[in-house]
Amino acid sequence: MGRYTVVEDVALADCAMDIEGRDAGDLFETAARALAELMIDPGTLPVTVERTIELEAAQVDLLLFDWLGELIFRKDRDREVFPEARVRISGDGPVRLAASVRGGVIDPAGTERRADPKAVTLHQLRVTADETGWRARVVIDI
Amino acid sequence: MDIVRVADGVWEIPTQTKPGMRVPARIYASEPLLRAMDQGVFEQITNVACLPGIVRAALCMPDGHWGYGFPIGGVAAFREDQGVISPGGIGFDINCGMRLIRTSLTEDEVQPRLRALVDALFAAIPTGVGAHGFVRLRESEFGEVMREGARWCVRRGYGEPEDLAHIEGGGCLPGADPAAVSPRAVERGLNQLGTLGAGNHYLEVQVVPPTGLHDPGTARVLGIERVGQVCIMLHCGSRGFGHQIGSDYLRQFDGAMARYGITVRDRELACAPFRSPEGQAYFAAMAAAANAAFANRQVITHRVREVFATVFGRSPHELGLEVVYDVCHNTAKLERHEVDGRPVDLLVHRKGATRAFGPGAPDVPEDYRAVGQPVIIGGSMETGSALLVGTARAMAETFGSTAHGAGRTMSRAQAKKRVRGETLLREMAGRGIIVRAASAAGVAEEAGLAYKDLGAVVDVLARLDLSRPVVSLTPIGNIKG
Repeated sequence: MGRYTVVEDVALADCAMDIEGRDAGDLFETAARALAELMIDPGTLPVTVERTIELEAAQVDLLLFDWLGELIFRKDRDREVFPEARVRISGDGPVRLAASVRGGVIDPAGTERRADPKAVTLHQLRVTADETGWRARVVIDI
Repeated sequence: MDIVRVADGVWEIPTQTKPGMRVPARIYASEPLLRAMDQGVFEQITNVACLPGIVRAALCMPDGHWGYGFPIGGVAAFREDQGVISPGGIGFDINCGMRLIRTSLTEDEVQPRLRALVDALFAAIPTGVGAHGFVRLRESEFGEVMREGARWCVRRGYGEPEDLAHIEGGGCLPGADPAAVSPRAVERGLNQLGTLGAGNHYLEVQVVPPTGLHDPGTARVLGIERVGQVCIMLHCGSRGFGHQIGSDYLRQFDGAMARYGITVRDRELACAPFRSPEGQAYFAAMAAAANAAFANRQVITHRVREVFATVFGRSPHELGLEVVYDVCHNTAKLERHEVDGRPVDLLVHRKGATRAFGPGAPDVPEDYRAVGQPVIIGGSMETGSALLVGTARAMAETFGSTAHGAGRTMSRAQAKKRVRGETLLREMAGRGIIVRAASAAGVAEEAGLAYKDLGAVVDVLARLDLSRPVVSLTPIGNIKG
C-alpha cells in the first residue's frame, strides 16, 4: 500500500496531497484512500457497499483527475465513500482504469465527517513514474 | 516581480513584466495587506492579464489570495465580442454568495433562547459532507430551478415575492439552459437543494454591536435600525451541481483551447472565446448553476423563517424576517461599463469578488437606489462580518466590484495544528458564540486565527471609496458543516 502526505504550503484554502505508490494501480488506490480520509474517518464507516468503476482518459494525469472526480461525484449523489479500492491501469493512450471499490454510506449520526470536497483541480496536477515507483500531486478544492 | 505604487492603496504590475500581458495587473490593498499576499497572487493576476479580450486591467481586491487560475479576489472584464470566458475566473462553487436577513428582534430577546435557536437551525438545515437537502425534486422540476432560480422557490411557497427584489439580478441569471448541463451534474445536484455545505460555508445569527452602526442613515434604508438588532447571514453556493459543471467545463476547455489557438500560462485558466459554441454552452450552464445557488439560499431562508417562528412563537412577518440583500461573489455576468469614455458590453468575471454597483445604478433595487447596492462581506466565524454599499468610484474603477471576505492566512492543515475543534467550540461558547458543526475538524480549519483581519480589508475599501461601510455585525450563533 502506498502513502500520502498533505502539502501545507500549497492551496491555503484547500487540500494539496503528494501521493506515492509502487505502481500505477497502487498510486490510484492510495489516492482513493487519501480522498476518503479527507472526507470521513474510515473507522466510523461500516463497509456495506461494493462497486465497480471503469474509466478512460487520454493521459494518466487526466485519468487520476477523472478517478477522484468520480469518487467525489458518488459522495454527493449516493453519499457513498470508498476507502478501499483495487485498481488496474492499462494502456498508454488512451489509459484505462478498472476498479473495484469498497466502502459505505455516510450516516450523519454515526460517521465522523470531515471535509466536503468540491472538485479535483488541474493546479499542479502531475503523475510521474521512475524505477522507484509512481508519484502524483493533486489539489482538491474544498 | 516589479510592483509599482500608482496611488494611495493602488498598486500596478506593468504590462512589460511578463511576456503576453495585454493589460497591467492592478491590486487594491494597503501596504501591509499587499505584503501579506502570497506570491501566487501576483503570478496569477499577471497570468489573467494575458487572456484574450481583457479590458483596462486585471484587478485584485484587498482580500486577494492564491486561487486556481485566477486569484481569489480577482476581477477581469473581457469584451463580449472578442474576449474569453474561463471557469477558473468564476470558481467551482458557481454563485457562491452571501445573504443577509434582518429581524426586528433584539439581542436581549434572543439570548434566553439562543441555544435552542442554534440547535433548531442545525436540525432543520442539513450541513456537512454527505448531507441531502430537504427539498425533494423531480428532474423536470430541477430544470425549472435552473431556469428560474429564486423565482421558482417563491412560486412554490418557499419565500415571499418581496424577497426577489432584494436579490442580485432578482434571483435569476438570464440565459440558463439545462441542455448545457451534463446528466452527471443533474444527478449530483438533484438531492442537494437546501443544504449548506461545509468548508467556509455557514449560517450565522449576528447582532449589531455597540460600535457597529457606521452610517445610521444608510443602515435605516437597509432596514438595520439600531444597535442590538439581530440578523442572520448565510454563506453558501450551488453545491455539487455547480462543482460538477465547473469540473465538466474545465476538462472540456482544457482540450478545446488548441482549436482556438489559445495558450494559457496555467491549466486552471482554461478558457474559450465567449462567442464560441463551448463558451456559450458554459455560460448557459453557469447561469443554471447560479440559479440553483439563488434557489438554495432562498429555500434555506424559508427554513430559517420556520425555525424562528417555532422558537419565538410568532410569525416570520411579526418577527420582521426580511431579506436585506443576496449578493454573488463567484460569477461571470454580461454588463455594460464605460471604457475610455464609451459604453462597452463586457463579460465581467468576479471570483471571490462582489458586485458593488453605486447609487443610481438601474440594477440596484429601487428602495436602495439612492444609497447604492448592499455589499455583504463575511469574516471568520469568530470575528464578524460587514455590510457596505457600492460606490460611483467602484463603477468607474473596478467595473462595480469589491472584496468578498477576509481571506485566509494559513492552510487548513496548519490551522488544525494550532487549535483543536472541541477546544475552540468551548472557548467560543465562553465568549458568547454558540456553534453547532457537523465536523469538529472543520471548526478548527475555520478558526479566526486562519484569517486576515476583516477590519483591515474594510478600511482599504472605505479609504479607496470602492465601498462604503454601513454596519458591522458580530456572531452570537453559528451552524456549519
